[in-house]
Amino acid sequence: MKFNNSNSNSKENFNKDNVIFNFNKNTGTENNGTEYTVTEDISTVETFSLNKNGDASILKGRVFKFGDDISTDLIAPGRYFHLRSNLPELAKHVLEDADPDFANKVKTGDFIAAGRNFGLGSSREHAPTIIKIAGIRAVLAQSFARIFFRNAINIGLVALICDTSKIDNLDILEIDLKQGHINNLTKNIQIQFNPLPDVMIKILNDGGLVNHITKYKGFNL
Amino acid sequence: MFKTISEKILSEHAQRDLKAGDIAVVNVDVIFAQDGTGPLTVTQMKKMGFEKVANSKKSIFFIDHAAPSPRKELSDAHKLLREFTQSSGAILSDINQGICHQIIAEKYACPGNIVIGADSHTCTAGALGAFATGMGSTDIAVGFALAKTWMLVPHTIKVNFNGVLNKGVFAKDLIIYLIGIIGADGATYRALEFSGEVSANLEMDDRFTISNMAVEAGAKVGLFCADEKTRKYLESQGRSECFKDIFPDNSAYYEQVIEVNCSEIEPMVCLPHTVDNTISVSKIDKIKVDQVLIGTCTNGRISDLRIAANILQGNEISKSVRLLIVPASRDVYLKAIEEGLIEIFVKAGATIINPGCGPCVGVHQGVLSDGEICLSTQNRNFKGRMGNPNAFIYLSSPATAAASAIKGYITDPREVLY
Ligand code: SF4
Repeated sequence: MKFNNSNSNSKENFNKDNVIFNFNKNTGTENNGTEYTVTEDISTVETFSLNKNGDASILKGRVFKFGDDISTDLIAPGRYFHLRSNLPELAKHVLEDADPDFANKVKTGDFIAAGRNFGLGSSREHAPTIIKIAGIRAVLAQSFARIFFRNAINIGLVALICDTSKIDNLDILEIDLKQGHINNLTKNIQIQFNPLPDVMIKILNDGGLVNHITKYKGFNL
Repeated sequence: MFKTISEKILSEHAQRDLKAGDIAVVNVDVIFAQDGTGPLTVTQMKKMGFEKVANSKKSIFFIDHAAPSPRKELSDAHKLLREFTQSSGAILSDINQGICHQIIAEKYACPGNIVIGADSHTCTAGALGAFATGMGSTDIAVGFALAKTWMLVPHTIKVNFNGVLNKGVFAKDLIIYLIGIIGADGATYRALEFSGEVSANLEMDDRFTISNMAVEAGAKVGLFCADEKTRKYLESQGRSECFKDIFPDNSAYYEQVIEVNCSEIEPMVCLPHTVDNTISVSKIDKIKVDQVLIGTCTNGRISDLRIAANILQGNEISKSVRLLIVPASRDVYLKAIEEGLIEIFVKAGATIINPGCGPCVGVHQGVLSDGEICLSTQNRNFKGRMGNPNAFIYLSSPATAAASAIKGYITDPREVLY
């Protein structure tokens, strides 16, 4: 399998990719129009190729461990509601209420491992998006809340269901997306993960839902 | 093939026979977003090159989560939505209208519909027998543009609410009790179908409360049959033409059947910080409350306000409590005024907030201080939910909330209900 643009979701690159949308309804009066900063997250969506003939691709990184029931309120707190249109800023508060120092510690290429029901709560897609902006390459959990899981795939964040009980904070992992297993290099053990449904693999392969729809002018699942 | 309600509705919208586990692209009838998820939805639509919504009669942007706007950034987001509804053909539901889920129930969702919304409590409309589920901004952007989405047909857990409701026990207590049994992920990726004699006798307002919280057990939808009560409700909303019967087939396959004997249920609360952390009010010590909230998409309907008014009438709230009351919609607000409920609330010492989400999501209108305790009729008590991770949120029915506002601590409503 292929992993293109492996650095494309670093914080620095991300900030450069912000775009300003002027939604001034073609009046041409740009100065009077409202400028609304919208984060261009599609540029950070990596292209996946999970077909069997692709090149092997392995993600390697260290892991941050969380418990059960990590809610979207812990990931993207409601008190930062006003930052939802400024995702790089919101990302500075990612998971703040679960670990106040997380945004400072996390580096591009890291993983999250959690217990049951990761991402429960609101439908805010901002939650998986800021996890991705913060540099996290994959989230591993015993189980995911439905909307979070769907959102993660739509924006191209790898979300894998597996037994995380043998993963501890700061362990070094190697995730082999093609073979469907994780090597915990710190503990020298291998963990299998559940394969994604075909529909989701297709969406990931196309680089997220926006790219999928743009490519086919509709659904092609 | 015998079908559950989900299998029936999804099959009809895919124009082929579907069973649990199948994945299909389906047509959707009602699509919406709100001011927290809407701006990103607009961005995603523009990225895909879509300027217009496919179904302008039933594509709605709601401004309800931060309404009226408490700060400039959100005012900009609201402005974006107002302008986009004009250019795209979508409907705008502005700050004077109320909470998306309440208005979807009052004005848009019909039995047998598929409803998708960029808000997790979209499942509220399941009470009307609509397959209603929450999604993220990108899915909803595609929904607006194409009036289609893809769905995994869920397996169904049937919940039979039987027995009789004790005094002081309401729909909110039933759903809290159920979530306590099955857990916050007990129905993940599943449909819940509510059945049994108690479900059949519940009025629509109560059914909405139960469907609203289906997602707190992880469910994709929380469905009731569309029956005589549904028909009457739609008639009262001037929408009788959209009624149709929705029932599962008799021999439909259920992954699990949960029997709940409602006669055993007492008034319930959820303790901080998860919804499945439940207990009967009678089993807890006196817990002093600083703020009480009656409202939200879970319990801000007219029957909720009537129950609260019944308890508050002629009483005054405790001096140490702030009681916030938020009608779920403009229609609920008007009815509450006509029926004299607002006067009862104000005389009792309550603070009335305009229809909308109010303090529920922690943006404004009642953010808690460190260490403060709020008893709320909302659906979530997650850490940080009401704007402060160092505060504590308990959940209950409107009756328990009103009784507690009078006493100053979490109180079994049977102590004040005669
Ligand atoms: S009232 Fe609360 S739970 Fe309901 S839609 Fe608004 S913020 Fe969400």
